[in-house]
Amino acid sequence: MCGSAAEATEASDHPIGPRRAAFAARTRRMLVLTRMPIAEPFALCDQGRMPDTPAAPPGTASEAFLFGLRSAVTSVFVFVIVFTYIGFGALAHDYGFSVGWASLSTALLWAGPAQVILVSGLGAGTSLIEVAIAVSLSSVRLLPIVVALLPIIKRENTPPWRLVTPAHFMAVAVWVETMRLGPSLPRAHRIAFCNGVGLTLLTLGTLATAAGYYMQAVLPAMFAAAAMFITPISFLTSTARNARLLLEKAALGLGLVIGPVLAFSRVEFDLLWTGVIGGTLAYVLHRWRRKRGAKP
Amino acid sequence: MNLAMNSYLALVLVGFLPSEIWRWLGIALGRGLDEGSEIILWVRGVATALVAAVVAKIVLFPPGALAGVPLPVRIAAIGCGFLAFLLIRRSAFAGVLVGEAALIAGAMLFAQ
Repeated sequence: MCGSAAEATEASDHPIGPRRAAFAARTRRMLVLTRMPIAEPFALCDQGRMPDTPAAPPGTASEAFLFGLRSAVTSVFVFVIVFTYIGFGALAHDYGFSVGWASLSTALLWAGPAQVILVSGLGAGTSLIEVAIAVSLSSVRLLPIVVALLPIIKRENTPPWRLVTPAHFMAVAVWVETMRLGPSLPRAHRIAFCNGVGLTLLTLGTLATAAGYYMQAVLPAMFAAAAMFITPISFLTSTARNARLLLEKAALGLGLVIGPVLAFSRVEFDLLWTGVIGGTLAYVLHRWRRKRGAKP
Repeated sequence: MNLAMNSYLALVLVGFLPSEIWRWLGIALGRGLDEGSEIILWVRGVATALVAAVVAKIVLFPPGALAGVPLPVRIAAIGCGFLAFLLIRRSAFAGVLVGEAALIAGAMLFAQ
């Protein structure tokens, strides 16, 4: 329903003429259909999206970039990123770092939990190698996130350097938005879209870090705790919203159960193990269900 | 104050590189994979379970100021947020808002 309406408006006022636009829309629809079993992009039309999400499919790379920008500023993540990094900026101020250092850490690391570990570790005088290991372990999630993202945004002939910016922008927020809206765009423009989302949120995060740094003295006592809490609550609800396959729902549930068990048993590399064990069990469950579905 | 503070070299060596390495590794491993391949499905499972593990870890073993909020309040707040998400049109925004409100209310009521 919503797809055909959007295509109709696009066809009538499209810069390249209605006939070519209609053709482009048709090819896009075919592309989308071939991917149905994995991404289920049609589900975007009726569920799991905020009412103010922009709907017009972009026709050029710069339109896709701007679409990414608009998607970012109308998503829940504007609120999440700004709140998180105001908290981080204030924390960096508490530990005596400079505003330039704090803001640059946001632009370079772009990983909230790792930045909190970095600032509190260096600030407390923990040994550099220990801080580096703790930072690295807390960012392991970035690996499977980037691997799962690339097949959605790349084409067969995409040179590796074109993937460096989308990979650097990759964080749970940008991943969720790209996995949600990316499959509805023509493949040629998905990297531009992803860059639009990523650059917008990263810029806002960097500015919020500086703002939080200077606001440190006037923030209420509860602010620091509330800003740290926004990471888990937003990760949980946004990945749950994106989990359309049984595989993803099972992985989410398993991660929430296995994670605490391993963490409380003081298993080393608990995050990594939870990902591998939970993800594998979810995948096995998915295979098992598919096999049973194939044989009536 | 120690030597590492405010050092941009430390920021790059101890912060940027250990974190960014995963993204670069992701490019190396994910570049050759197909969207419909079985391994990508497995990776999606691993990514989702890992994000869930991060959620659990921050709630149960929180850093800094969040540790000042009692554990039962943190668990109740994440539960309230998730419930709100399920009840209010699967809106992540509603979940975040209600979760935060519950955390702040709980922390004020049960201040240690």
